[in-house]
Amino acid sequence: MATYAPIDAIREGQTGRGGSTSTPKPPGGGEDGRGGDSGPNYGARLRRARLGLICGVATVTMVFVSLTSAYIVRQGLPTYDEPTGSYVHDWGGTDLPWRLLGINTILLLASSVTIEFARRGLARQVALAPVKSIPGVSLGAENKFPWLGVTAILGFGFLIGQGMAWRELHLRGFFVNTNPSSSFVFLLTATHAVHLAGGIVALLWAAATALLHRSVESRRIVVDITAWYWHFMAVLWIYVFALLGFAR
Amino acid sequence: MVAMENPHAHAPQGFIRKYIFSLDHKVIGIQYFFLALTAVFVGMFLSLLMRIHLLWPSANLPIFGVIQPETYLTLLTMHGTIMVFFVLTTAPQGGFGNYFLPIQIGAPDMAFPVLNMLSFWTTFIAFVVIIAAFFVQGGAPLHGWTGYPPLSAVQSAGPGEGLGADLWITSIAIFCVASLMGALNFITTTLDLRAKGMTLMRMPLTVWSWFITAILGLLAFGVLLSAGILLLMDRNLGTSFYVPLVVVSGQVMGHKGGSPLLWQHLFWFFGHPEVYIAILPGMGVASQVLSTFSRKPIFGYRAMVYAMLSIGFFGFMVWGHHMFMSGMSPYSAFAFSLLTMCIGVPSAIKTFNWLGTMWKGRIRFQTPMLYAIGFVSLFVSGGLSGPFLAQPVLDIQLHDTYFVVGHFHLIMGVAAIFGMFAATYYWVPKMFGRMMNETWGRVHFFITLAGTYAIFMPMHYLGMAGGTRRYSDYREVKYLATLIPLHQFMTYAAIITIAAQFIFVINLFWSMFKGPKASDNPWEATTLEWTTTTPPPHDNFGGVTPVVHNGPYEYGVPGAAKDYVMQTDPATVSTH
Repeated sequence: MATYAPIDAIREGQTGRGGSTSTPKPPGGGEDGRGGDSGPNYGARLRRARLGLICGVATVTMVFVSLTSAYIVRQGLPTYDEPTGSYVHDWGGTDLPWRLLGINTILLLASSVTIEFARRGLARQVALAPVKSIPGVSLGAENKFPWLGVTAILGFGFLIGQGMAWRELHLRGFFVNTNPSSSFVFLLTATHAVHLAGGIVALLWAAATALLHRSVESRRIVVDITAWYWHFMAVLWIYVFALLGFAR
Repeated sequence: MVAMENPHAHAPQGFIRKYIFSLDHKVIGIQYFFLALTAVFVGMFLSLLMRIHLLWPSANLPIFGVIQPETYLTLLTMHGTIMVFFVLTTAPQGGFGNYFLPIQIGAPDMAFPVLNMLSFWTTFIAFVVIIAAFFVQGGAPLHGWTGYPPLSAVQSAGPGEGLGADLWITSIAIFCVASLMGALNFITTTLDLRAKGMTLMRMPLTVWSWFITAILGLLAFGVLLSAGILLLMDRNLGTSFYVPLVVVSGQVMGHKGGSPLLWQHLFWFFGHPEVYIAILPGMGVASQVLSTFSRKPIFGYRAMVYAMLSIGFFGFMVWGHHMFMSGMSPYSAFAFSLLTMCIGVPSAIKTFNWLGTMWKGRIRFQTPMLYAIGFVSLFVSGGLSGPFLAQPVLDIQLHDTYFVVGHFHLIMGVAAIFGMFAATYYWVPKMFGRMMNETWGRVHFFITLAGTYAIFMPMHYLGMAGGTRRYSDYREVKYLATLIPLHQFMTYAAIITIAAQFIFVINLFWSMFKGPKASDNPWEATTLEWTTTTPPPHDNFGGVTPVVHNGPYEYGVPGAAKDYVMQTDPATVSTH
C-alpha cells in the first residue's frame, strides 16, 4: 500500500488557473456569487459567470435551431389531399399584427440600450471604487438614474405587448391549432417570452442584490451577465421576427 | 490568503444542509449515485418481468397477474427510458463526474454549487414524475423509449397513451433541463477552476471524458427538449407537427399533415449523441483504471483525447443511421453510413491504446481492473456489430430484430455499466473511506461478465434468424416459435445475472460500514483525488490548493523512487 504523498502546501492566492501560472486564482471557487465578496477574486468570478452564460446561450440557441429546422421541414411538407387526390401544402400562413410586433421590437431594443447603460454604470462604479475610498477625493455627482428599473418596465411592456399580439391573433381567427404556421407563431413567441421572463427574474435579482447591500462587485456580476443575456434575447427576438416575416 | 477565509473551509452543519440540500459536489455526487442505483434496480426488475413473460406468456404472476401484450410494451418502454436517462446518463456523469471532476482538477467545488444542487433535485423530480406514470389511469406509456409518433402523439392510441404518456414526456423535459444545468456547470468548472499547473493536456482522461460528455449534453438535450414540447403540443393543443391524418378505432383524429419523420430526426439528433453521453465516461474510467493497474502510462494520451473529441464530433452527424428503415433518400443513407463507419476509426484507436497500455504491464488483477478489461471486451463485442448495422442494405434486414437489441445492450448498456462498476470498485474507498470486499467483487465480476454475454450474444443470432423485437408472444408464429429455446437460455442467464447483482449491493453497503479502512491512496494511483485524505474534507484539500507538476499517468518512470509519480510531486518528469 502506498503512503500518503503530501501535497505542496501552496496557499490559494498563489495559484492560478490551469496552465497560466501568472493569473491569480479565485479562492473558494464557486458559491454562485455568494460570499467571498472581497475584491481580489472579483475578476475571476465575473469571468466564470460569463463562461456559464456562454454555455446557457449555447443551449438556448440549440433550442431555437431545432425549432427552426422543424419550422422549415414542416413548411415544406406535402400533404395528401383526398378530395383532389394530389399533394398540397397545408402551411396556411398567419396574418400577423405587424404594427404591434414592430412596437414590441422597439420596446425590446430600447430595453437593451437601457440595460447596457446600467451595465456600464456599474462597471464604472467598480473601477472607481478604489479611488473613491481615498479621503478627500471627489468624483462629482454619481449617476443615480434607475436604468435597471427602466429595463424591467420595458421588458414587462414587451411581454404585455406580446400578450396583446396573441389577443389580436385570436381576434383575427388564428389559434395555436388553426394551421401549422399559426402553431409555430405561438410556439416561437411563447418560447422566446419564457426565456425573456427568465431575464426579468434575473433583473429583479439584480435589484434585490442592491437592496441586500451586496458589494458593488457582486451586483456588477449579476447585472453584467443579465445584460449580456438580455442582449441575446433582443437578438433572438429579431431572429424570430425575421423568421416569421421572411419565411412565411 | 489563509485557509479560514476560504468559504469552503466551513462544512455546513445540520442534517438538511449537509445531506439533503447540500451544495457540496461530493454529497451531490453521492445523491446522484444512489438515485441511479435505485433506478437501475427498477429498470432491471422491469427487464426481469419481460424475460419471464417471454417464456411463460400466460403465467399468473403474484401481484402482477397475467402480463398482457400491451403491458409488455409498457415494461419495455419504461425499462428503456429509466435505464437510458436515469442510469446511463445519471450515474457516470452526475454521480462520479460530480464527485471527482472538481477533485481531479484541484478545485474546491463545482463552479456553481447552487446550480449543481438544483440540477440534482430537478433530476430527482423527473424520476418521481416518470415513476408516477405507473400509477395513473391507463398506466405507463407503451410507445417505446424512442416515443415515435403517431403512437406517442395521439391520446387514444393505446392504454397508457393518455396521462401516462404526458407524464413520460414531462419527465424527460424536466430531465433535459436538469442535464443542461449540469452540463453548463461541468464545462465552466473544467475550463475555469483547474489548479495551477493543471494544463488541459495534464487532465486525467476521466476529466476529459466528463468534459466532452458535458459539451455533447449541452448541445443535444436542448434539441430533445424542443422535440418534447412539440410532442406535448400535438397531444394536448391539437397541433399537427408530427401527426398526419390518422384514424384510431374507426375515428378520424383532428390532426392533419404532420410528419412522424420530423420527430425521428429531432429525437435521433439527440439520441445518437446520447449513446456517447452514456459511454464516454466509461471510456475515461477504463483509461484511468487500465493505466493504474497496469502500472504503465496510458498508451497515446493525446491520441485518446483527440479520439474522444472526434467521437463526440462525429456523434452529431450520424443520427440518420437510426432511420434507414423510416424512408430516406439513398444518397442521405450513403452519407450517414459513411460517417457512421468513420466513428470506427477513433473507437479503434482507443481500443488499441487500451491494449497497448496493458501490453507488458505489471498488471494487478484487482476488481476495478477486471471491470475495466470487461469494459474493453464488451466495447469490442458490441462495437463490432456497429459497422454491420451502418450498412443501409444490412440494416433493412436487421432493423427491428434482436440483432439491434443485442448490439446496443452490449455497447451502450452493459459496457457503460461495466465502466460504472469499475468506477465504483475503484472510487468507493475514496468516497466512503472503506475498501470493498475483493473476493466478492471478483465473484460478482465473473458471473456478470459471463451472464452478460449469455444474455446478449444469442440476441445477435436471434436477429439474424429474423427474430423480431417488441413482440410479447412468439408461440403463434411458426418460425419465431422455433427460436424459443434461445429465449429460454437468455431468460435463465438473465435471472442468474440479476441475482448476482445483489452480491454487488450487499458488498457495497457492507463495505461502506464494515469494510477495512482505506488508506489515502490504496491503488497507488497518481491523480489528485489520491493526494487528499480519505474521504476528502469539505473543501477537498484541507484549505490548500494543489499545484500540478506532472501528467496524470506517470507510472514506471525510469529513475523515480517509486513506480509512480503523483501529479503533485515536484517536477522531475516532463513528458507532457
